[in-house]
Amino acid sequence: MGTTLVFLEHHGGELQKGGLGVLARAASLGGEVAGVVLGHGVQDVAAQAGAYGASTVYVVDHETLAPPLPQPRVDALAAVVAETGAENVLFAGSVLSADVAAGLAARLDAGLNWDLTDLVADGGGLVGKRPALGDTVLVDVGWTTTPRLALVRSGSFEPVETGGTATVTPVSAQFEDFSTQPVLVEHLQETTSGPSIEEADVIVAGGRGLGAPEGFKLCEELADALGGAVAATRAVVDAGWYPYSTQVGQTGKSVSPRLYIALGISGAIQHKVGMQSSGTIVAVNKDPNAPIFDFADLGVIGDLNQIAPKLAELVRARKA
Amino acid sequence: MTGFDCVTACARVARVLAVKIAVCVKQVPDAAAAKRLDPATGRLDRSGETALNATDVNAVEEALRLKEAHGGEIVVVSVGPEKALESLRKALAMGADRAVLVSDPAVAGSDLVATSHVLAKALEREAADLVLFGQQSSDSDGAVLWAAVADRLRRPMISQVAELKLDGGTATGKRQTEFGYDVIAVPLPAVVAVSDAINEPRYPSLKGIMSAKSKPTETLSLADLGVEGERVGVAGSRTTVMGMAPPPPKGGQVKIEDDGNAAEKIVDFLAERKLL
Repeated sequence: MGTTLVFLEHHGGELQKGGLGVLARAASLGGEVAGVVLGHGVQDVAAQAGAYGASTVYVVDHETLAPPLPQPRVDALAAVVAETGAENVLFAGSVLSADVAAGLAARLDAGLNWDLTDLVADGGGLVGKRPALGDTVLVDVGWTTTPRLALVRSGSFEPVETGGTATVTPVSAQFEDFSTQPVLVEHLQETTSGPSIEEADVIVAGGRGLGAPEGFKLCEELADALGGAVAATRAVVDAGWYPYSTQVGQTGKSVSPRLYIALGISGAIQHKVGMQSSGTIVAVNKDPNAPIFDFADLGVIGDLNQIAPKLAELVRARKA
Repeated sequence: MTGFDCVTACARVARVLAVKIAVCVKQVPDAAAAKRLDPATGRLDRSGETALNATDVNAVEEALRLKEAHGGEIVVVSVGPEKALESLRKALAMGADRAVLVSDPAVAGSDLVATSHVLAKALEREAADLVLFGQQSSDSDGAVLWAAVADRLRRPMISQVAELKLDGGTATGKRQTEFGYDVIAVPLPAVVAVSDAINEPRYPSLKGIMSAKSKPTETLSLADLGVEGERVGVAGSRTTVMGMAPPPPKGGQVKIEDDGNAAEKIVDFLAERKLL
């Protein structure tokens, strides 16, 4: 297999876990694997990728790439693909990556498969695994030309620390007029403590069954004990109980953490599609007929107000 | 002597502010209907009940609100089979002015690269100030088409937009991200993809439904758009479906009733799976 590029998204000077996970998976597929870091003043960020298995990191460093906007990244990535003749360009799914990948697909007339939960080598080529129809079917998807572009569902692959070092190779890019027209007017960071739901190994999610916005304290406490992040269903986000950035489901994010704890979530299809590929699902709900019990690994019929605080306490005691 | 000619001046202002909006919509299988993939092609079976894709309804609603504020024209644009006209009628009933459907048997099986090519050709013909998309299509879960279309049209784009404002020749959108919000401004003409958080769509009124029947609809072939056959369908696509299988079984599921020790049991379960 030829060169595989992995788009490494970074935020606040840190490479995001999703991209590093894809990097680890790419390394196991064979061929040359390189990271791509785009931004302004990102040499140090790029060098971090060496510890996760990238021997080369291509960097386009330009002030146009300072704000997290997709279109200039399409220009920059197209330049890196041209420079390297890459056969595969892989992305960890995110708001930014989806736009970059689709823009690049149009630019290069290249095939893009998305929402993949696995990638396997296939006689010099690649096959992607894509869950469909609410994850009831696993579809094998392929590409008819190169470069092959793929967006991987967040949480599908864990980063692997290799302790290596990367050669950082600068690439220059020309920016299209239309790409540089969007202007970032304001950047509003929602302050959530702990990892984001894309990055977290453990997610504690809350739904209507929490009873009130204050019910999320239970989720936060348990997430804190487990070192995880808090997520929410569409119903409670719509009701204004919790920010949209934490919404999991069809109209929110798809996640697959190692552990997903659902508190007071019925498990409607709209939520299910966003979380059912999680490693282990534990559900607490007082309704014995809640659909979530059909696909939870451990379902507990009971009062979350009793169970969640006790669980947090036991976890804390165990970790102490 | 020439006084202030309000009629002319106001008309000029209206001309400057009025926006032509193209809303890209898609007909999808009804959310309530059981969905299946055709085992022969791996494509979604679209023969059953259909609906206008939910987030596209938000995009139509946003177009209506912009038109109410600024004046202008709304055209809904779709690529799909003849029967997609039913869904376009719903957008017309909500208040859109006219509909364009690109319908050609050769389009079937088009992937992102091919579909974005056809859609961009149809949009180039409309030359709208603003192209709106609904954020997510409920039949493919792919939140990506607008970015491909924006690149083909060579227009600036904002996606994941939860609030949209037009001011003169600038569109400003509040974009939802994993980390919070970004407020982004783009000059028109531009492409904007809205999320379902942006508004609460109206229901078509009876009057709207009646008037939709007489609103202009246009069905275009690929030849009408000058799109060559090799750019669409399987020939124009760069991805394939190779097969499908049920997902690997997850193993045994356990369901317990809280007897006062549920928290302990959860901890034991997590410890057994090495999740603590």
